[in-house]
Amino acid sequence: MSAARWRRAMNTGAVGVAAAPLPAVPARSGAARSMSVDRHAAGTAPSRWKLLSRAVSVRHVLVLVFVLLLPFVATPFFTYQVAAQALIFGLIALSLSFLAGYGGMVSLAQMSVAGMAGYAVAVLGASGTESSLGWHWGAVVPIALAIAILASTLIGWLSVRTDGIYTIMITLAIGVAFYYLVLQNYSVFNGFQGFQKVYPPSVFGINWREPLPFYFLALFWAMAGYFFIQWLVRTPFGIALQGTRDNARRMNSLGFNVTAHRVAAYAVSGLLAGLGGVLLVWYNGLISPGSVGTGWLINVLVIAVLGGMKHPIGAFLGAIVFILLQTFAIDLIERERFNLLIGGVFLAIVLFSPDGLLGLWAKLRSRFGSKQAVTSTTRR
Amino acid sequence: MTKGERLVTAIVVGAPIAAFSIWALLDNPRLYLVTMLNSLTLASLYFIVASGFTLVFGLMRNVNLAHGSLYLLGGYVGYVVARDTGWWILALAAGFAAAAVAGLLIQVLILRRMQGQDLRQTMVTIGLSIVIADVLLWIFTGQVYQMEAPSWLQGPIRDIPVIKAYSAYRLSLLGFGIAIGLFLWWLLNRTKVGAMIRAGVDDRAMLAASGVNVNLVFAVTFMLGAGLAGFGGVIGAVELSMVPGEDTRLLLASLIVVIVGGMGSVVGAAIGAAILGLAETYGLAYAPTYSVVFTFVILIIVLAFRPRGIMGKAA
Repeated sequence: MSAARWRRAMNTGAVGVAAAPLPAVPARSGAARSMSVDRHAAGTAPSRWKLLSRAVSVRHVLVLVFVLLLPFVATPFFTYQVAAQALIFGLIALSLSFLAGYGGMVSLAQMSVAGMAGYAVAVLGASGTESSLGWHWGAVVPIALAIAILASTLIGWLSVRTDGIYTIMITLAIGVAFYYLVLQNYSVFNGFQGFQKVYPPSVFGINWREPLPFYFLALFWAMAGYFFIQWLVRTPFGIALQGTRDNARRMNSLGFNVTAHRVAAYAVSGLLAGLGGVLLVWYNGLISPGSVGTGWLINVLVIAVLGGMKHPIGAFLGAIVFILLQTFAIDLIERERFNLLIGGVFLAIVLFSPDGLLGLWAKLRSRFGSKQAVTSTTRR
Repeated sequence: MTKGERLVTAIVVGAPIAAFSIWALLDNPRLYLVTMLNSLTLASLYFIVASGFTLVFGLMRNVNLAHGSLYLLGGYVGYVVARDTGWWILALAAGFAAAAVAGLLIQVLILRRMQGQDLRQTMVTIGLSIVIADVLLWIFTGQVYQMEAPSWLQGPIRDIPVIKAYSAYRLSLLGFGIAIGLFLWWLLNRTKVGAMIRAGVDDRAMLAASGVNVNLVFAVTFMLGAGLAGFGGVIGAVELSMVPGEDTRLLLASLIVVIVGGMGSVVGAAIGAAILGLAETYGLAYAPTYSVVFTFVILIIVLAFRPRGIMGKAA
């Protein structure tokens, strides 16, 4: 990459993705208008509002309204089985697409990290199995997240010692090894059966297992994860991480500690995957070795690639498509042939649109619409 | 590595193993020796499958994650051929051929279109592994197939000192492993094709510039690598039985073997397979619950000290 292109990448990275150069003058939406009013009222113009109004466009407001109204329109089945599940898998896939899209490291162990958090919730918290310790959720969830972060950091530390293609192999080996560990170990992980009846706690008098509250719980954390990543990739750390993705050697000679940045990225992805894992075990109400089997390790990759890894929203797009296919494809084909369908879709995406659905969208836009970019900083 | 470091490594690694061996030999010599044979025969199977994997990787920088599926494909085809003709040798050839043809198709039709894009190639092989596994499940269902060993290898060999009796077929695996190893050594070091493959591993561009049809070398290597997976599938079908899920198991084994041994090196694959076979089998015999953990600990130790594997070269 030439110096000029490098500088450009740094700049676009700093301005960010959604904040494609919009004309700052006319208020394009209700939210933006109220903010500009605020600014005049306050007299001095806080640059934060300005940034926000630039970042928020009509489509963001539309999506927000849609996800907030959805559970009141859709059936409880759809809210819980499709929307909430898609949000959870989107969160887990987001941890991968952050690593892969911004760090250039494709880890197949993200589902294992999520599974570790899920297992921690089941082992330490309450479940239908004797060996669960039954601690209070307020202690269990932070510990589960800490375990996920720690595990992810260790996996990162092991796999960033080598790079590129090796990462896939090492993380796949680690993921499958974790599967065999929980399958064979009965004293802690309860072997093949795993843990049943792992339910979310009742807090504030709300039963979080009901479709509506659970949907909003999942939505809250999914959005928190999404905006966290959106913010993180514009911080100096995020920019430096993208630098290590594009040219590790150059970053190294600029004085950046490449290994430390990569391991830190793994820690961040561990937090996201851990969150997803906790939600997933509550969603399913159970966790067993099947939840962390090879099939699911790869499904997370499928989701991330399906949506596109150049922007955090891709993970959620991919998750929605994946879950819709999984839920409704059985009406069209035999249930057993789902893998064939999803494998075929995955192959088609990798072969014909390496940037996933986002890539397709960008292609369509560049053909028919304005020249605004919807994807993140270009890679190479 | 200096001489002193080597000595320290040898002591740190060797001393616990030696202590364990002495204890186990005194405690129950038969168990120890049978386990030794079991691990070496399992290692042979791993070596056969993983050598194909490492060969492909070394030349093309292409992690073929459909390798496990090719193993299963070879096993199923071999089973059908053996059932219909009754010739086990024919089944071996058929398993090799089926996997080799499948590998050739993958290489020519798909991977060649995205030369140099490592990550995309790997993802394609992941997609292929999903599809192949599901098609095989469709055709052969989830039933467990067990192939019979050929009559001349059936039954145990008796009257061995200490061990008393040992399965002839399992022992023959050792022979297969050594034969394949020797064949690969001969192919790579003593033939023109081997010279081209080795040259390609070191510098692809130079090889192409000296007038060699690199695409042809790639295709041959991919065929050979995939064929070895199918060959291993037929051998493994007798020993391990065939059922969906075995593909993952063998893929994991191949991954660990080449990570530990060093990617792209056939000698490394042999060392890695021996280590994995020993760790798995001794783990199962002496500490059943933690046999996976053993394998994993070895993986971590090797990665921590030799990130490119025991025989791996720095890129």
